[in-house]
Amino acid sequence: MSLTDWLSTPENWVFLVIALPMLAAAVKLVTTTNVVHAALYLVVTLAASAAVLLLLGAEFVAWTVVLVSIGAVVVLFLFGIMITRAPMGREATLSHPRSVKLAAAAVSFALFALIGGAAVDAFTSQPLTEPADATRTGALGEVLFTRFVIPFEVVSVLLLAALIGGIVLARRDPGETAGGGL
Amino acid sequence: MTVTQFVLLGAALFSIGVYGVLTRRNAVLVLLSVELMLAAVNVNLVAFDRHLADQLAGGQVFALFTIAVSAAEVGIGLAIVLLIFRNRRSANVDELDLLKL
Repeated sequence: MSLTDWLSTPENWVFLVIALPMLAAAVKLVTTTNVVHAALYLVVTLAASAAVLLLLGAEFVAWTVVLVSIGAVVVLFLFGIMITRAPMGREATLSHPRSVKLAAAAVSFALFALIGGAAVDAFTSQPLTEPADATRTGALGEVLFTRFVIPFEVVSVLLLAALIGGIVLARRDPGETAGGGL
Repeated sequence: MTVTQFVLLGAALFSIGVYGVLTRRNAVLVLLSVELMLAAVNVNLVAFDRHLADQLAGGQVFALFTIAVSAAEVGIGLAIVLLIFRNRRSANVDELDLLKL
């Protein structure tokens, strides 16, 4: 499929409108010197990823991303930034020096070339088929509690373990004086 | 829409996340970059789910599991970073070199 064919489909324009700001926000996330801005760029990136999921017809997953990742995880990150008093505006303390950056850029570009080349090579440019029903939320819930019920329960236990672990790690020991740790 | 464009988007996001993990010194920013990589994986999982027209919606179910595991990871990760900051008064990953000779 040629590029003009690809651009003639309206949903591909929607894809571009979502994907380009998403990538720009992701690049700003890893380069910005302000830590709070980095968390806010993560909001933009995650919102765009939710929009991509909506474009793919995965409604329930998209709204879960909005609720869990944007709603809870980003707030947790902002807490972490405030509590550890991450320095703001000083690039030298936030990132590694230039030599490391060049090596990291080479590694990530090589990774992108590898995955991207494999993807272009492996998949035909056949358009995605329209799903039989537009929203599959009902079917998703049914399959989550029948076929995938054991992994679902395992994830529940994992979340409980993470909750307990987080409390145990962040709790002050009884002998420690209040405010002495931070 | 083809599956390739979504896989390419996921690959680009993942590579940017790898760059962030490798270049950031502050541990909280490293965790932010890991979150970026997890978002890329979610896009890929759902794109393949649509591509394969899976009857069991396996890709979407696994994307949900990824979201749950990433929430747990962030909770534990930030607790560990907080503990390191309390003990060392710094959250820079290159200053945690006690295991180095």
